[in-house]
Amino acid sequence: MSLLQSLKARDRVFDFMAPDASPVDVRHGPILYMEDVTVTFDGFKAINNLNLTIDDGELRCIIGPNGAGKTTMMDIITGKTRPTEGSVWFGSRHNLLNMNEPEIASLGIGRKFQKPTVFEALSVFENLELAMAADKRILPTLTARMTGEIKDRIDEVLQTIGLVSLRYQPAGILSHGQKQWLEIGMLLMQRPRLLLVDEPVAGMTEQEMERTAELLTGLAGKQSVVVVEHDMGFVRSIARKVTVLHQGSVLAEGSMDQVSNDPNVVEVYLGADDEEAA
Amino acid sequence: MMTQVLSKSPLSKPSLSRSSPSSQFWLARPFGERATQIFLGVLLAALLLVTVLHTVVPQGSPLHVNAYTVNLFGKYLSYALLAVAVDLVWGYLGILSLGHGAFFAIGGYAMGMYLMRQIGDRGTYGHPELPDFMVFLSWDSLPWYWQGFDMAWFAFAMVLLAPGLLALVFGFLAFRSRVTGVYLSIITQALTFALMLAFFRNEMSFGGNNGLTDFREILGFNLRSNDTRLGLFLATGVALALSYILCRAIVSSKLGRVCVATRDAEARTRFIGYRVERFQLFVFVVSAMIAGLAGALYVPQVGIINPSEFSPLFSIEIVLWVALGGRATLYGAVIGAILVNYAKTIFTGVMPDAWLFALGAMFVLVTIFLPKGVAGLLRKRRRAATSDNAGTQEAIV
Ligand SMILES: Nc1ncnc2c1ncn2[C@@H]1O[C@H](COP(=O)(O)OP(=O)(O)O)[C@@H](O)[C@H]1O
Ligand SMILES: [Mg+2]
Repeated sequence: MSLLQSLKARDRVFDFMAPDASPVDVRHGPILYMEDVTVTFDGFKAINNLNLTIDDGELRCIIGPNGAGKTTMMDIITGKTRPTEGSVWFGSRHNLLNMNEPEIASLGIGRKFQKPTVFEALSVFENLELAMAADKRILPTLTARMTGEIKDRIDEVLQTIGLVSLRYQPAGILSHGQKQWLEIGMLLMQRPRLLLVDEPVAGMTEQEMERTAELLTGLAGKQSVVVVEHDMGFVRSIARKVTVLHQGSVLAEGSMDQVSNDPNVVEVYLGADDEEAA
Repeated sequence: MMTQVLSKSPLSKPSLSRSSPSSQFWLARPFGERATQIFLGVLLAALLLVTVLHTVVPQGSPLHVNAYTVNLFGKYLSYALLAVAVDLVWGYLGILSLGHGAFFAIGGYAMGMYLMRQIGDRGTYGHPELPDFMVFLSWDSLPWYWQGFDMAWFAFAMVLLAPGLLALVFGFLAFRSRVTGVYLSIITQALTFALMLAFFRNEMSFGGNNGLTDFREILGFNLRSNDTRLGLFLATGVALALSYILCRAIVSSKLGRVCVATRDAEARTRFIGYRVERFQLFVFVVSAMIAGLAGALYVPQVGIINPSEFSPLFSIEIVLWVALGGRATLYGAVIGAILVNYAKTIFTGVMPDAWLFALGAMFVLVTIFLPKGVAGLLRKRRRAATSDNAGTQEAIV
């Protein structure tokens, strides 16, 4: 892209700054900062005085029994649910509680939902194309052309998620695991700074799980990744730092070994022993 | 019940193997598509054929196409244009509009107002400015919104702008509050029903239940002459071709893919960063303008516009044409509109009372045996012909 073209492209600053497309300021600490957050649904505290800090480039696993508030926590970060109390900051500059969903997404927070939703009638390639960070207003979208640069970017992500050979197939024919990867690929197209991944390996085969672990650990460092997961084996295989959520607040935090020896955690997970064995 | 059946048209079944998005200028893309080339070729051939059979072949010959038939074909083409507009929003955006008859009728009224004013002082009452029905109702001057319609350019602009403005306001309110699915279908029905009631009223000054009629000429051409009829038929054909190209350009652009994404997973599309409601509004307005254009071409060919075009049933019929022809292909909409209306012409000639039953039966049969409509049948053929390619790509899976 010539300098002139890059000047005209109003959706981003200069190309040499593109990897840093998100204006988030992490010079003074973490990329995500949640303080004393509480969410009440009809008097029930789904999130209760939650404090959570994610560092830039970190891969964090969040575990916790069903109903612990993991999904709700992601809803808060992405602007889908408004907390009753507390503050949520992205870097030191952006107060997420003042922003709506599209604003937060364009700031560089990508979210993978529990149930994979890809655009089934569109090809794998087109799914990635739509997800790409670009000027998403009407006229630029209508007149958008496929350029070599965009193709390269899509190819790069296709490599990362291992779907190169299926690029022209409609996403509807993909297996469950492949859809999950495509969805992660769609997030990567937006060059996010923070990736939120909700239960990525639910329903996956052993092999698909291994592949997903590789994929996620490969991403960390380039972007911060928060993974919510039920499957302890999977968490052990990728985790560096683990946060245990229980009844809407943090029960324990640390390495997998530290956490799994924590007496509080053992108590909460007592009934979940068999799950750990699985 | 019906909307449920309709919204279950099997669109989610994706077609096998596609090519990658192109680097061409967006308006040029349709010309590179095989299906569009075939469609435009067939349409052009049909226009030429009818013209030759009408003008060159002598009247006594069995091959001669008379003015009545040319006129009938012109009417079918304007319906086809209307069906394309509906398929654009229903097939690609997933908005089942049961009120597109309203945009068609408004375009028709705008044209009707122009044609009324062309009558000038040659009406029964001979008033220099007022149409007959206004004189009859003892109005002494033109209502303000009838001003300007004596000028062709203004009236023709209104043909697009009036339905476009209605769609803009209606769509803005509906999409902003995220009304979708069956609820949206219902309020589009309500919209066209309300407009029908309004246009029935004499105080609205659109001629009440008689509507606007007794037209004489358009752009100086006598509406009763055979040449004008042929001209209107050809103009409708050209409008269909151009609108088709525009719609193809839209659906094969990235914006078209955003529409399909919205249709299949609206929340997801919004989450990716597209302001879904604006895309819906844009396409809805374009569609309404095309419907208005269809109405404007229809009116001079049938010689009348009255509130029955606003009837909720008519809007449902349009959707049936598209369903029968095959949703989300555009050419399917054209085929459906022409087939159903041809069948209607034949049927109402033989057994007028049985038409609605026949239409219902056709719909049921097609839903059962051709769930993708007539276009689905054509596409299957085409795929069989190119199965080598698809076969290898399937093997990878
Ligand atoms: N919109 C809502 N209205 C009422 N209760 C909700 C809502 N969303 C979540 N909850 C409740 O909040 C609790 C936490 O839910 P969730 O965040 O989905 O847990 P997890 O993802 O950890 O399994 C659950 O008890 C759930 O029933
Ligand atoms: Mg959950």
